[in-house]
Amino acid sequence: MILKIDNLVKHYGPVRAVDGLSLEIGEGEVLGLVGESGSGKSTVGKCVLRLTEPTSGTIELGGRDITHLSRRALRPLRRDVHMVFQDPYSSLNPRFTIERIVGEPLLRHKVADRRETSRRVSEMLEKVGLRQEMRSRFPHELSGGQRQRVGLARALILEPKLVVADEPVSALDVSVQASVLNLITDLQKDMGFSCLFITHDLSVVEFLADRIAVMYLGRIVESGPTEEIFAGPRHPYTQALLSAAPVADPVRQRERRRIVLGGDVPSPLDPPSGCRFHTRCPLAYDECRSVEPALHDPRGNGHPAACHLVTADRVPDAAATR
Amino acid sequence: MTDAIAVPLRRARMWRRFRRRPMPMTGLVLVAGFLLLALVGPLVTGDPAQQDYLATLAPPSAAHPMGTDDLGRDAFARIAHGAQVSLQAGVLSTALAMAVGIPIGLVAGFYRRWLDPIVMRLVDVTLAFPFLVFAVGLAAIIGPSLKGVVLALGFAQLPAVIRITRGEVLAIREMDYVAAAVADGAGDAHIIFRYVLPNCASPLIVQATVAIPTAIIGESTLSFLGLGVQPPTPSWGVMLTTAQQYLGDAPWLAIWPGVMIALATLGFNLLGDGLRDVLDPRSGP
Repeated sequence: MILKIDNLVKHYGPVRAVDGLSLEIGEGEVLGLVGESGSGKSTVGKCVLRLTEPTSGTIELGGRDITHLSRRALRPLRRDVHMVFQDPYSSLNPRFTIERIVGEPLLRHKVADRRETSRRVSEMLEKVGLRQEMRSRFPHELSGGQRQRVGLARALILEPKLVVADEPVSALDVSVQASVLNLITDLQKDMGFSCLFITHDLSVVEFLADRIAVMYLGRIVESGPTEEIFAGPRHPYTQALLSAAPVADPVRQRERRRIVLGGDVPSPLDPPSGCRFHTRCPLAYDECRSVEPALHDPRGNGHPAACHLVTADRVPDAAATR
Repeated sequence: MTDAIAVPLRRARMWRRFRRRPMPMTGLVLVAGFLLLALVGPLVTGDPAQQDYLATLAPPSAAHPMGTDDLGRDAFARIAHGAQVSLQAGVLSTALAMAVGIPIGLVAGFYRRWLDPIVMRLVDVTLAFPFLVFAVGLAAIIGPSLKGVVLALGFAQLPAVIRITRGEVLAIREMDYVAAAVADGAGDAHIIFRYVLPNCASPLIVQATVAIPTAIIGESTLSFLGLGVQPPTPSWGVMLTTAQQYLGDAPWLAIWPGVMIALATLGFNLLGDGLRDVLDPRSGP
């Protein structure tokens, strides 16, 4: 296991952003962490890099518990994990040149002298598809897609074991999104790093992630292999998410049954009792309002869901009620 | 990181950008003239305390290019010597405020915790006093002298510098590039000096260019109240004060120091605006 999160909790004052989340990422594995805004998915990413301090729970990186390591003790471990940020406009220091930005991790960890750094920066820029003349440019001279490539180069230059990608393409134009996604896919295959890919858009991770975990209000409601999730989503929430994504085939698109969820995500200040999804679930019944379903895997095939209606021989169908 | 050639190249580029703009260049010329007057002026003019009893309140002439005051002292000599006082009062007090205020603002804004509320409440309390009232109070405690003026004006500027720095730091520390620096494995000192400080330089440069002229005028006020430099040491403020009594008979006595204060103020303002633009890579070619 590269990353093992156990019962992670992060409260910002009264806001329960992450409320008891566990997940694991194996070597070379890409996990897509999917959820609406406010579901706490970005907070999970920040906790993994200790950019924010978890309230409780443990985070293990490469088998080592980093939850309570001091900043000094943590520093050498930062070579093994880096992050790609969502907003390409605020994630690059406006006063640094691209060469400096990409070379910073090497210099901070003192793994290369200036000459070596310069060489590896060239190499990395080439890998992410940026021309060498970009080296002396400043971030404001680059487009959003180019900046995101710079962010990717910075995250990968130390050849980390784990990359946390927090919505790396959602701030980009759709046409640019595809090329950056392809780049991430290629680099992942090439370099073999594990990846926690955080997104609100299931279709983004369909071809990239090995496994998917769906988050709702600070908890995982369903997880499993990507094909399994897409072919047979078990949790009503996942079913609703999937039904919202457009399908390329117009005939199938027309025939599809849409599940439209009522209302907004409830406030993480005061999550609903029982199942957190019961306020919007078309299938909710009495037990859902009082008893919180555990994440369980009745068929034992590595595809657990947190829903009372999921049993060994039955999977709920949220579309059936409409 | 930067190869041996990259740094001079960037300096050259900055200078080229600076030179191309008329306003900053005007500012540079004015400030350079001000410096020249303060450094070289006193060497070429005579003793500013030398009295010419045959020519009191005399209009500008060959012997006295700017005229003389009520005691027959050469106004040009006094302007040149006064430039030193004004320069010190303006630049040193602002430098003092920046040197003390920026680190306090950086630490308070970056680390927050218990320090930030304490510092900010103190700043709020001192900001409640008008700048000059605060400076007058401090000068009265420290005692009248040039050193007293510099200290009083410096500390009177301090709260504004702390407040501006801290506000900028609060905004910048939340930027993703600071989070990225942490992920890069950077230490606090590196983050503060390479990421936070350079990105809050612009408003501080603006503050400095406003503060220097304010301090020059502040020196005038303190000297006017008898809390600044003491006679016979000339300062533009002292000259302006005495000139008031003779405004009808010898208006040039008020005009010269007035014009000098105005030009110095303008010079620092224009220079500061230019510096801010040039230091920010985002502003044009």
